[in-house]
Amino acid sequence: MSYNLRYFQYNERSILIEWPSVIDENILNDILKFKHLIENKYIKQKVEVISSYASLLIIYTSTIDKFNDTVLSLKELYVTINATETIKSQLWEIPVCYDDEFATDLDDFSKQKSLSKSQIIELHSSAIYTVYFTGFLPGFLYLGGLDEQLFLDRKKTPSLDVKKGAVAIGGKQTGIYPQNSPGGWHVIGNTPVSLFSPKANSPCFIKSGDRVKFIPVDRSEYNNIKQAVEASDYKLRPKV
Amino acid sequence: MLKVLHPGFYSTIQDSGRFGYRSFGVPISGVMDAHSSRYANTLLRNHENDAVLEMTMQGGKFQFLEPTQIVISGSDMQPRLNSIPINNNTIINIAKNDILEFGKLKSGIRVYLAIKGGFKTEIVLGSRSQYKCITKGFRLHKNDVIAYDSNNSIIKVSYSSVKYDDSILKSEKLEVFEGPEFKFLSEKQKKELMEIKFTITNKNNRMAYQLEPLFLNEMPSILTSPILPGTVQLTPSGQLIVLMRDCQTTGGYPRIFQLTEQSINILCQKTIKHNISFRLL
Repeated sequence: MSYNLRYFQYNERSILIEWPSVIDENILNDILKFKHLIENKYIKQKVEVISSYASLLIIYTSTIDKFNDTVLSLKELYVTINATETIKSQLWEIPVCYDDEFATDLDDFSKQKSLSKSQIIELHSSAIYTVYFTGFLPGFLYLGGLDEQLFLDRKKTPSLDVKKGAVAIGGKQTGIYPQNSPGGWHVIGNTPVSLFSPKANSPCFIKSGDRVKFIPVDRSEYNNIKQAVEASDYKLRPKV
Repeated sequence: MLKVLHPGFYSTIQDSGRFGYRSFGVPISGVMDAHSSRYANTLLRNHENDAVLEMTMQGGKFQFLEPTQIVISGSDMQPRLNSIPINNNTIINIAKNDILEFGKLKSGIRVYLAIKGGFKTEIVLGSRSQYKCITKGFRLHKNDVIAYDSNNSIIKVSYSSVKYDDSILKSEKLEVFEGPEFKFLSEKQKKELMEIKFTITNKNNRMAYQLEPLFLNEMPSILTSPILPGTVQLTPSGQLIVLMRDCQTTGGYPRIFQLTEQSINILCQKTIKHNISFRLL
């Protein structure tokens, strides 16, 4: 299906393309296909394309001389999208330890939602989440697909020091903190896996459109993985 | 090598920024005042992207361990070389062991030290710009040593044909484009936003500048969407936030304006209690 898109000049060097403002997997697919076409079209002329739930921002390295002409060529490109083609997507199984030591807000979460801890863990780790885009912090994934039973408003007062690897729930979303950071989400576990490494060529191995599943691990397995990660001896492999 | 004897209040190494990694959530970073740093690099016949030292509010004290040439640009902080006053925006010859220091802030708040060939700090994800959790350090400390290449050919010091345009240090007008959510403002609100003289609060840094007074509004919240340096967000509580070079890549507040590149350069030379107003292009 083809959407009615809005093209908007964002600044001297950027064009914003907007889809209907909803969180929807069909829109995500359409955005990612268009992003791919744009990146291929401008392979020689360096551009940067940022995607989010319902928009793409194209940033050129120099000033856009003729906005209308540029939009026209983007529109011509958009109609070439192959509607039946599916986006290549990988499934990543991310180990998470839900032990009390890491799950600093799980008790409170369990009381507020009247669910047992094991029910929360079961609900959180049985879903398959869709990666919409990366933002907020380097390597922070915006995931869709959280079970409605786990929706809970963010904390009134954010925590000042959420630990790297913290797995948390905020509103209708769940996510992983890629570094120590202040944050207002409820922390229910921790992953030993590093989601962002600035030294790598591709600093974040999980991409928009990929799927994520959380696999509960106990403390000793967490430690083993953590040690391997620190020795650069651990590589998460995608399931097809 | 440049030895940091005193880092100043907040000093970092910056180039033009980290282009190409924003889809991983990595901020662009880079020099806040691109106008002044570009001028300094151009005088030295450097590349525009060569790394410079950016100092905020208070300059540092440095010792050059090899001869080179430098240009200081941006804020006037009364620089001195071996205790003798020197000028901004002109090539200065540096001998081994020369000491550069800065005095009182006279105009602007960010000063740039550009060096022949640029500073040669580590490149991470295509850029030398310091940023927390990306580069090893995110600001300069006492006794840091910063590499530069002293084997560059020396340029004859002469009067430059292009004058430094210092209007950016004085201007209080920020030229803006309509932001994606500008259309949700009423005609009355649009008019008011052009008339109000806003004041910069103490919350101003490389990530964002917050303005006062609050601007009451009933803007709808938006789905998390891309943002850029220079984007002006309006929060439900009425806070205007102007995003700067170290800003996140996405945000959820309505985006009412977008500053021009030059207006970002103007704003970043201002601090608490300075006034600005907007002019829609």
